[in-house]
Amino acid sequence: MLSLLALSVGIYGLACFLGALLGRRALVGVYALSALAAALSAANASAFLATGGAPEDAVLPFGLPWLGALFHADALSAFFLLVVGVAATLTSVFAIGYGRHETEPRRILPFYPLFLAGMSLVLVAADAFTFLLSWELMSVASWLLVLASHRERETSNAALLYLVMASLGAGALLLAFGLLSAGSGDYAFAAMRGTALSGWKSTLFFLLVVIGAGSKAGVVPLHAWLPPAHAAAPSHVSALMSGVMTKVALYGFVRLIFDLAGPAPWWWGALVLLLGGITALLGVLYAVMQHDLKRLLAYHTVENIGIVVIGLGLALAFRANGLGALAVLALAAALLHVFNHAMFKSLLFLGSGAILVATHERDMEHLGGLIHPMPVTAFVFLIGAVAISALPPFNGFVSEWLTFQAIVNGSLLPQWLLKFAVPVVGAMLALAAALAAVCFVKVFGVVFLGRPRRPAAAAAREVGALMLAPMAALAAICTVVGLVPQTVLGLLRPVTALLLPESPWLVLSNWLWLAPLGADHSSYSGLVILLAIAFLAALLVVVVHRLGSDRVRRSPAWDCGFPDARPETQYGASSFAQPIRRIFGTVAFAARERIDMPAPGETRAARLEVRLRDPVWDGLYAPATAAVAWLADHMNVLQFQTIRRYLTLMFAALVLLLLIVAVSQ
Amino acid sequence: MPSFINPAYDTAHLLDTAVLMLSFALLYQRRLFAVLTIYAWQALFLAAAAAWQASAQGAPHLYITAGIALVFKAIVIPLALHRIIVSLEIHRNIETALGVGATLAVGVALVALSILLVLPVTTASGALTRESLAAALSVVLLGLLMMITRRNAVSQVVGFMSLENGLILAAVGVKGMPLVVELSIAFSVMVAFIIFGIFFFHIRERFDTLDVHDIERFRGERR
Amino acid sequence: MSLVLFELLQFALLLAAAPLLTGLVRKVKARLNGRIGPGLLQPYRDLWRLLRKEVVLAPNASWLFRTSPYLIFTAVWLAAAIVPTFATGLLLSRTADLIALVALLGTARFALALAGMDVGTSFGGIGASREMMIASLAEPAMLMVTFTVALIVRSTSLPQIAEFLLTHAVGIRISLFLGLVSLLMVAIAENARIPVDNPATHLELTMVHEAMVLEYSGRHLALIEGAAMVKLVLYISLIASVFFPWGMALDPSEPRALAIGLASYAAKLAVGGVVLAFFETSIAKMRVFRLAEFLGGAFLLGLLAAIFLYVSQGV
Repeated sequence: MLSLLALSVGIYGLACFLGALLGRRALVGVYALSALAAALSAANASAFLATGGAPEDAVLPFGLPWLGALFHADALSAFFLLVVGVAATLTSVFAIGYGRHETEPRRILPFYPLFLAGMSLVLVAADAFTFLLSWELMSVASWLLVLASHRERETSNAALLYLVMASLGAGALLLAFGLLSAGSGDYAFAAMRGTALSGWKSTLFFLLVVIGAGSKAGVVPLHAWLPPAHAAAPSHVSALMSGVMTKVALYGFVRLIFDLAGPAPWWWGALVLLLGGITALLGVLYAVMQHDLKRLLAYHTVENIGIVVIGLGLALAFRANGLGALAVLALAAALLHVFNHAMFKSLLFLGSGAILVATHERDMEHLGGLIHPMPVTAFVFLIGAVAISALPPFNGFVSEWLTFQAIVNGSLLPQWLLKFAVPVVGAMLALAAALAAVCFVKVFGVVFLGRPRRPAAAAAREVGALMLAPMAALAAICTVVGLVPQTVLGLLRPVTALLLPESPWLVLSNWLWLAPLGADHSSYSGLVILLAIAFLAALLVVVVHRLGSDRVRRSPAWDCGFPDARPETQYGASSFAQPIRRIFGTVAFAARERIDMPAPGETRAARLEVRLRDPVWDGLYAPATAAVAWLADHMNVLQFQTIRRYLTLMFAALVLLLLIVAVSQ
Repeated sequence: MPSFINPAYDTAHLLDTAVLMLSFALLYQRRLFAVLTIYAWQALFLAAAAAWQASAQGAPHLYITAGIALVFKAIVIPLALHRIIVSLEIHRNIETALGVGATLAVGVALVALSILLVLPVTTASGALTRESLAAALSVVLLGLLMMITRRNAVSQVVGFMSLENGLILAAVGVKGMPLVVELSIAFSVMVAFIIFGIFFFHIRERFDTLDVHDIERFRGERR
Repeated sequence: MSLVLFELLQFALLLAAAPLLTGLVRKVKARLNGRIGPGLLQPYRDLWRLLRKEVVLAPNASWLFRTSPYLIFTAVWLAAAIVPTFATGLLLSRTADLIALVALLGTARFALALAGMDVGTSFGGIGASREMMIASLAEPAMLMVTFTVALIVRSTSLPQIAEFLLTHAVGIRISLFLGLVSLLMVAIAENARIPVDNPATHLELTMVHEAMVLEYSGRHLALIEGAAMVKLVLYISLIASVFFPWGMALDPSEPRALAIGLASYAAKLAVGGVVLAFFETSIAKMRVFRLAEFLGGAFLLGLLAAIFLYVSQGV
């Protein structure tokens, strides 16, 4: 497996080289090579999971002198490689069509394969040094991709914030690895595995991992960088950042907490669970308020990361209490959602890319009626929207259903805090799922339905087959996994066997029914529901058309007698979200509406101003920024010293460090 | 799950739940007269709970508590407050210091808190007493919550009285609790004093404003 | 074989009973208002008349607008058919998962709200927006009730829940009572009943459900109205099967049990309809933004029910 992966990485390297050398002329080559390499690693990983291959190790002679670079491929790496591979293949194919519309391809082409290579390497790294190096490769490459359209001021701000947060996260992970290896001084994962940290060290380790992996994945309150950065990148890169890179961050969390760290106390589970609930709920609430399509999708990434984190928290809590079967259920739900989210989020971001190509608009308030000129895009986007809203029979519902099944069994947990936290988090998840449906009715209704709000939307044309095919493939995956989730769940068996070795695998009685805890508990089958609906609907159509009338007449819209031809009279994105803003916004975002109504006789237009404040930004980021600015101002003095003073400072620092060493011994 | 139903306990819990639900209804309601009606219903259910316990525990003195609750709390006090509101022309919408939705959410959190408090204390006793005590404590806390989140004086009084209902509910539910009757009488007297206090306070205010008639008109214009 | 037969019976029964129930509610409301009111069979006539009329479509109505009514009706019909009504253990009972049921109704609502926005009129948009606002609170409230019951039974499967509650002496629990109140509030909101919405008005003040389906006509409108009627039956059956499962046949092939099951189901529907009519007549409609408090209350009650469960269960 590792040798094939090395081949993939080699192809990525070649693509990077070509992109840097030839620029626009290599566009097709770069993306085709990337697609090839990604497909190779996806096939490789799925074969590994399906056959239950043995873990592989490899050592390359660079990196730390006494260690080398260690690589290790097991089921967990393989599953995440599969997610990365499938999404990256289809995204790269899309990019062949999409990249033609790029103004500065040289700013993207070299870094795109580099980004993919970085993500692949993180997943197989087996020592702290290699892991962090690959992690940083992934971060820096994606940062450069965010900067692709650097001329927009917003983009450069987003990129700066992203860089700061990425550094913070990497620093936290570095310290966490340090804690884990402090006993032996060995940075190989194999040596760290099962290290039982004691007391404050274990707490600190856990918090550092949450900060390190959470900041990359976009867990509230470390999410603020994510929407602007993901929205600023080119659409195919956004798809990868949102759909895949956040999952690589979660891989880091699972690897460190489930695999490397020893047995976890139950409160880790409680904290992760609550973080997940808050992330899911706040993420979707932010999303409903947005009217920039890509930003909205990015906020939904925050929500879905929350859902995955809820599953991981439940798995931790169940594992800490020896409820193995339920831990497997929760972990499988979380990992299935990782796969599902990668699929439908990539689909939706690619859809937003197609809309961008067709109309040059990201603002939903300027779109409308695209279902007529872009029927295929509309159809696949609809599938993605229904899937992300967790509605049957698509894949989003299956993983949420599994998560709910784990929540329903939360009463078996012995700790009172957990007993109470589980229904509360269940309530948050239920709210988040319902609000996601609101949000995607808004997106689809405003963008694709109704009448075009601007000439650009009216002049839209369907995009080419190279862009449609990958979206259709993603939609097909969403559908198939929704109907027969056993296809992906079956691949998860070696993963849970690796992470929870003593626990039995889920009871997947057959390919049709999903009954994870056995026949005397809940069961679900998307296929049966779809077939029942299809049969009943067909019957209904025949009966209604036979018994009733089948005549149709086209005539102007009724609209209760006073239709208005101006497209501005339609409900827009902000108006659609207004009820939600009034219910939740005043509490969550301190939303204020101000109406500026001209007096009778005045000719100016009335204005409605809406102000939203992000409490997380106000409470956490703004003070931090202010503190940094203050510090920078005061440290400025240090920049203008004589050499003698500089030497004094260094000397003082050295003496201080030596003192600390002396005291601590 | 207990596989045995005890009708005595089940009925008691149904009544407890009704009292608790009406506490939430009090928090939810914005109109003053409706608040009084809900309070009367709560007192009615309290009386029923007390009477039921009297017959179930074989403690006839609890019938007195039930009678006090029925006559005073369910009939006399609501009627008196109703008359006060009408005669003093008190503003009939309740101003809230905290939104209704937020108040309800805080209420749920308080109930969770009271369950957490009750559970370790009563691990020795059965699940049935626990449930009853948790409900009673929740009613007390919700009454307090109502007092601090409502600006209107009458609704504050109602909050206090519903708090007191919770105390009686707890006292009634525990078998062999001494001084239950005395407790309920004492509280009723106290409530009566508070109501009269408000009454007199408002009368004084009213006379003041009547005396300075011009000032009232001035303020009316300013509003 | 008998399983298939009983399942078909269930599908047919729902279809036949839905307009009758709506007719009953309207009749009782009319009598309470001092009117004679239309006959019990009027809804059948209305639906038939609509079915025979031609469909009038706006010029820019898309395929979504034309397919939605069929999808909505089918989803609601299927959801209603998987709720155990007169018997448990039917053919589709393995699909009868409460969460799946909530989600199935969610799919129907998704389609309906999108259809409301398809033509691009202001009324359609306002209706869709408000419908989704109501759903965003009602759906989680219903899930919380689901959790409460599921925490007792440790399953979200409806037939298993009904059988458990039918065969185990659960007793009157605070949790179940709170759950019932919450589910009743949700049912009122989801069926667009007073005080949340007014099914009798066309466009006055409320502008939720009726505003959303304003552009529909002919057979499409018949399907949407039919779906609303089936949905009412669904909610009454759901409440009956979870909280009042008495009389349900555990083994429908036994004629006596089947007869009792059918009779008790009919009685439950009738009682539900009459109670609804009385409730609607005695209450005034709410302002739209009071709805958030009403449904938020339902949601919190559901949460409270789940929390209270731990008190009733042994440590």
